[in-house]
Amino acid sequence: MTQVQIRDPAARSRLLTALYIVQEQYGYLTPEAIERVAERLGLSTTEVYSMASFYSLYRTEKTGRYVLQVCDGLSCHLVGGAERLVDYLSQRLGISPGETTPDGLFTLETVQCLASCGTSPAIRVNDALYENMTAEKMDELLETLRGYHV
Amino acid sequence: MYEKILTRNCGLPRSETIDVYLANGGYEALRKALSEYTPEQLIEVVTASGLRGRGGAGFPAGRKWGFMPRDPAVERYVCVNTDEGEPGTFKDRELVEKDPHQIIEGVILASYAVGAKRAFVYIRGEFFLGVKRWIKAIDDAYARGFLGKNILGSPYSLDLSVHRGAGAYICGEETALIESLEGKRGEPRKKPPYPANVGLWGKPTLVHNVETLANIPHIVNRGAAWFAGIGTAKSAGTKIFCVSGHVRNRGVFELPLGVTLREIIEEHAGGMASDKALKAVIPGGASTPMLTPDQLDTQMAFETLEAAGSMLGTGAVVVMDEDTCMVDVARRLMRFFAHESCGRCVPCRVGTRRMLDILERLETGRGKAGDVERLRDLASSIRGLTFCPMGDAAVNPVLSGLKLFANEYEYHLKNKHCLVPQHAAMDVATA
Repeated sequence: MTQVQIRDPAARSRLLTALYIVQEQYGYLTPEAIERVAERLGLSTTEVYSMASFYSLYRTEKTGRYVLQVCDGLSCHLVGGAERLVDYLSQRLGISPGETTPDGLFTLETVQCLASCGTSPAIRVNDALYENMTAEKMDELLETLRGYHV
Repeated sequence: MYEKILTRNCGLPRSETIDVYLANGGYEALRKALSEYTPEQLIEVVTASGLRGRGGAGFPAGRKWGFMPRDPAVERYVCVNTDEGEPGTFKDRELVEKDPHQIIEGVILASYAVGAKRAFVYIRGEFFLGVKRWIKAIDDAYARGFLGKNILGSPYSLDLSVHRGAGAYICGEETALIESLEGKRGEPRKKPPYPANVGLWGKPTLVHNVETLANIPHIVNRGAAWFAGIGTAKSAGTKIFCVSGHVRNRGVFELPLGVTLREIIEEHAGGMASDKALKAVIPGGASTPMLTPDQLDTQMAFETLEAAGSMLGTGAVVVMDEDTCMVDVARRLMRFFAHESCGRCVPCRVGTRRMLDILERLETGRGKAGDVERLRDLASSIRGLTFCPMGDAAVNPVLSGLKLFANEYEYHLKNKHCLVPQHAAMDVATA
């Protein structure tokens, strides 16, 4: 593994992108996905796992189809955001933060500042950001997402 | 009304496109610099403008450029820091999503000045739209000859590409950003050596915040004297202030440095959101010590905020009304820092966790005798003793809270609940 770093230090720079790609393919970073990346970049699986565990956008456990991330930052909280939305979603989905619905559709999480402090409360769902959220807007969003999987 | 400089195009339809940028004088500064200025002259212009870094530290940009090696044979890099993540901050996101070409022009100018042929954009992984906007803008800039070989027919060439981070606040620190670009865990490096000597892949590297770079084209177009004439003697130019919390109009406001905190809150942000009185303001992002209502006439500039015992930071103004529980605020900010500690050094990794434990206990009525002293002790074992500035950043909100609102901490300890009537967290619990 050290040979690669000596041969081409820039090769390792592809690690973050490589992890995104396999995460997209496998849904999360399975042991197989990590091994494949390690092999391709000439790194040890330990090194790749060390990276995957450092960065919060990499997942080493299975999640729901949609990961609902409610911003728990101070600015969202000040306008009555975070807890209210989390409580609401917990109630609607019957899960606590960190859990996934039995149908595998939704995972609920809280995250730190999403840089939406001027348009809080904010929630991120996979690759999309939703701002100025209310219970009604949340219901609509859940309905839309469920609609894709009827 | 003040003239908008960096955000002047942000309200235009399709402001993110190269056509709108070009129609509004875009890339004229690049044309001018490549034909009229040598790299040394460009460094002189930026130095004379008095531009200081907008990412938090406020280091003079021209001096930073001057630290890069003179020897043209030495390979070197420029990095654009788009890892915005300081709670309360949402200015870079605005610039990247609404006017990415302005930043690209700034990157090319900075790279030309320091002789870099390769530049990288490091963007926070959560900024999906930002990533898209960066990639599209870079593609268009290549297609029109502003990037790539022999830019605008000059001998100068530059390549620029986007590198997406993956969720780590610490990567906003320049050496951690470099580690992450190299495909490693974003753990800060020891300084010195500074990136200007030993940076990306061991080569001299210039790292700039998005807002800093966005200023460069305007300085080139309108001159150093014009820029230096805006703001205060030691803080030239405008600043994009992001205002959030208990104000009527939350949002970004580009204003000359030196405006008072009162003007930002009362005029631009429309005053308090309700008839409740103002209690405290975080002036520059989560890590900057709080100010109180008697300090509202403080000018928002590097030197004046320092004199007031705080910092300009990222210009993220978080306004809190009288019903805000200060122990709760400290707890929430500490949750952020404890979560984002990279884990490399013990004072930060363990210290923030222990402080968080105490703040959680105090806030939820389980405080123990001596907890306030324990907080102070822990803060003093973290402050100034960590590998990077994150340790100081983490303890600042607690120390400033303990200084200004010690009574609330004592009240929590004694009465097992908040001094303020019913803050938002409690509303939710009983809702």
